Amino acid sequence: MATLAEPKEASADDAFREEVRAFLAEHFPAELKGSNNALASVEGPTNESPAEKAWREAMGSRGWGVPTWPKEYGGGGLTRKQAHILNEEMAKVGAYNPIGGMGVMMFGPTLLEYGSEEQKREHIPPIARGEIRWCQGYSEPNAGSDLANLQTFAEDKGDHYLVNGQKTWTSGGQWADKCFAIVRTDRSDKHNGISFMLIDMKDPGVEVRPIQMISGMSPFCETFFTDVKVPKENLVGKEGQGWTIGKRLLQHERTNLSGGGSMARLMGSALSDVAKKYLETDDQGVLVDAVMRDRIADFEIRWQAFLLTAKRAMEESKAQGGVSEISSVLKKLGTKLGQERAELLIEIMGLQGLGWEGDGFSDSELSGVRAWLFGKATTIYGGSTEIQNNIIAKRVLGMLDHQ
Amino acid sequence: MAILNEEQEMLRDMAREWAANESPVAAFRKVRAEKPAEGYSPDAWSAMAQMGWAGIVIPEAHGGSDFGWMSAGLVVEELGKSVTASPIVATTIAASAIVLGGSDEQKAKWLPRLASGEIVGTLAVDEGARHDSSRIETRVNGGKLTGTKAFVHEADGAALFVVAAADGLYLVERGEGVTLSPRKLTDMRSHAEVTFDGAAAERLAGGGDDLLDRVLDRARILTAAEMLGMAQQVFDVTLDYLKQRVQFNQVLASFQALQHRMADLFGDLAMMRSAVEGGLEALDSGFGVARAATVAKAEANRVLHLMSREGVQLHGGIGMTDEYDIGFYLKRARVLEASWGSTSYCRRRFASLAGY
Ligand SMILES: Cc1cc2nc3c(=O)[nH]c(=O)nc-3n(C[C@H](O)[C@H](O)[C@H](O)COP(=O)(O)OP(=O)(O)OC[C@H]3O[C@@H](n4cnc5c(N)ncnc54)[C@H](O)[C@@H]3O)c2cc1C
Repeated sequence: MATLAEPKEASADDAFREEVRAFLAEHFPAELKGSNNALASVEGPTNESPAEKAWREAMGSRGWGVPTWPKEYGGGGLTRKQAHILNEEMAKVGAYNPIGGMGVMMFGPTLLEYGSEEQKREHIPPIARGEIRWCQGYSEPNAGSDLANLQTFAEDKGDHYLVNGQKTWTSGGQWADKCFAIVRTDRSDKHNGISFMLIDMKDPGVEVRPIQMISGMSPFCETFFTDVKVPKENLVGKEGQGWTIGKRLLQHERTNLSGGGSMARLMGSALSDVAKKYLETDDQGVLVDAVMRDRIADFEIRWQAFLLTAKRAMEESKAQGGVSEISSVLKKLGTKLGQERAELLIEIMGLQGLGWEGDGFSDSELSGVRAWLFGKATTIYGGSTEIQNNIIAKRVLGMLDHQ
Repeated sequence: MAILNEEQEMLRDMAREWAANESPVAAFRKVRAEKPAEGYSPDAWSAMAQMGWAGIVIPEAHGGSDFGWMSAGLVVEELGKSVTASPIVATTIAASAIVLGGSDEQKAKWLPRLASGEIVGTLAVDEGARHDSSRIETRVNGGKLTGTKAFVHEADGAALFVVAAADGLYLVERGEGVTLSPRKLTDMRSHAEVTFDGAAAERLAGGGDDLLDRVLDRARILTAAEMLGMAQQVFDVTLDYLKQRVQFNQVLASFQALQHRMADLFGDLAMMRSAVEGGLEALDSGFGVARAATVAKAEANRVLHLMSREGVQLHGGIGMTDEYDIGFYLKRARVLEASWGSTSYCRRRFASLAGY
C-alpha cells in the first residue's frame, strides 16, 4: 500500500473540494436551488431563463457537466473521486447538472471511443458545453426490437451519401440539432451492411412530425429523410461497422437508463415520506394501513438491494474496465422497480394522485401522474425488457438458440 | 462479487476447493444417513476448525484470525453451496456475542475454545415457532436461568448456549439444568427445544442495551450468506441442467420461456448478492448495520424462496426425487427463511427502522 501517498492525495481532494465550493458560491444562482426538472430531457427545451443560461455556461466553461471526459475536448478531466466530490458538493447546495441529454449520455462516450480526431474536436466540445441537442435515429416502423432490420438507405455518391427512409420514435427530434443514425449502406448483409452516421437535422430533406404520447407529452417524432446529403466525413468508424458502434452506444444508454442515474433522479424522495403525507399514521408515526406499510417496505428493501447492485456493478466494471453486459441486468431491474414505485405512488395518493390538469392538484401530483405514464416507456425503449432477457440468457448465461 | 483483497480471495478459493472435494452434497447425504449425535460430521468440523474458519471474527488475541465478516461470509457461502452440515454459523454468532458483550474473563475463557473448534456454541433466542425477540419469558434469578427455547440451531453438538433472557444475554454451559428435545425439521440438520431449569448463567454485561439486536443482526447476515451460496448453487445447477436436457429435439435452454425465467432469476440473484455483501460490508465498517441486516435477510428470504421453487420446477420430474440434490435446497431454504426473521418480520422491522 502506498501509505505515504495517501495524505498527499487526501489534501489534493480537499483542495478540489474547496475549489468546487468556491465555484458554486460564485456561480450557482440561488433562485435555481432544487429546481432541476427530472423530466426536462424528455420534455424538450424549457425556455432557458437568464439564470439557467448563466449556470449552464459556468458549468460548461469548466467541463464539469461531463466531469470525467478528457479536457482536450472540453470535458472536466476529473478523476472519478473528484467527480464524486463535485456531485456531493452540488447536492449540498441544491445545485444540479444543467448539461445532459443524449449527447452526454450516449453519443459522446461512443464518439470518444470510435470517432476520428477531427470528429471528436468538432462534436464533443459543444456537447460538453450543453450547446447542442442530439437525437437518436435508430428505430423504424419495421425495425424496433429487430433493429438490424432497418431499411433507411444511404447511397454512396462519391463525396457524400444520399439518405432516404423513415425513422420513428425519435425522442426530441423536433428540437434536435443533429442526429446520430444507423442506416443501411449494403442491402446484402443484415448486420455488416449497417453504418453509423451523423445527420444535420436542419438539412434539406429532413422532416419531423411529433407524436403525442399517453402522458400527454409529445417528446418524440416520426423522422423522414428524402434525398438528404450527408458528407462522407460524417461517417463514424468504417462503412459497415455501424452495428458494432450502434450496440456499444446502446450499452451506454442502458447504463444511463438504469444505473441509479436517471432512475434514481426520477425516484425523488423516499416512498415512505410520501406515504406519511397521504396515509393515516398512529401517534408513533406508524402507517395504520398494515398492508400498504408492508408493500412499501417490500419495495424499499428491493430498491436498496438495487442501489447496492448498481454500486457493485460500477465497482466491478471499474475493476474490469469499461461497461459490461451487466448493463442489461441493471436496465431490466431498474426500470421494473421504477414502474413499481410509480404505481405504488399513485395508489398511495388515491384519486388525488390521478389528476390530469387544473385545480385541486399540486405541481408534484400532476408531474407524478405524467412520470407514471411516461415511465411505461422505460421497459420498452433502449431495448425492451424482453430483449434484455434475451441478451442475458444468450450472452451472459450462454443459453442457446434452437438448433 | 464484492471486490476482494488477496487474503479474502485465498480464503474463498480454499473454501471453494475444500467444499467441492471434501464436502460435496454426498457428504451431507452421508450425515443424513448415519445420523451422528451432533448432527454433523465431527471430522469435517475439525478440518474446518483447523483451517481457522471457526475463528474468523474472533480477535487474534483470543485465538482467532480477525479477518472480518466479509471473510466469514465468503466461507459460509461456499459451504452453503454444498449444504455442508456444520455448526460454523451458530458458533460464529455465539462467539460474536462474546466479542461484543463479554468481560475480559469471559472472552479469555471462551473465545479461544470457540476459535479452535474445541467447542461449539449457539444462540438461543426464540421461544416459539416464529422469530420474535420482543417476546422473551426466560428469567434469571440469582444466577440461575429458567425458560424454554424453541428450535435452537445446532443444539445437539453445542457446549455453550448464548441465551436471551428478559434482561439480557447470558452464557449457559451444557450440563445440569439443560435438557434437549430434538426437533427434526425438513432440512435434517440439528435443531432442538432446549429447556433451562435453573441452569447456571453468566450475564454478558457489556455491549450496550441493544446487544441482542446487534447479535441478531450478525445472525441474519451470516445466515443470509449461507442462503446466498444455496441460491447461487440452485441457479448454476438449474442452468446446467437446462443446457443438457433435450426435449422436442432441442435443449431446454433454447426455449425462450425458460430463458426469460432464468434471466429473471439472474437479476434477482444479483440483488440478493448485493444485499448480502452489503450486510457483510456494513458489519466490517460498523456503519448502518441494522438496516443492512434487514435488507440482507429480506432479500435472501425472497430470492432463495423463489429460486428453490423454480429450481425444482425447471428440473421437472427428476427434481422431485430424493436421489437428486435440488430438494435439499428447497427444504433447508424454508428453515433458514423462518430463522432470525421471516420476510414479513423483516419488512416490519425495515419500516420501523425507517420510521413509518
Ligand atoms: C418513449 C420512447 C422513446 C423512444 N426514443 C427513441 C429514440 O429516440 N430513438 C430511437 O431510435 N428509438 C426510440 N424509441 C424506440 C424504442 O427503442 C423501440 O420502441 C423499442 O426498441 C421497441 O421496438 P418496437 O416499439 O418496435 O416494439 P416491438 O419490437 O414491435 O415489440 C413489441 C413487443 O414484443 C416484444 N418482443 C419483440 N421482439 C421479441 C423477441 N424476440 N422475444 C420476445 N419478445 C419480443 C417486445 O419486448 C415488446 O413487448 C423510443 C421508444 C419510446 C417508447
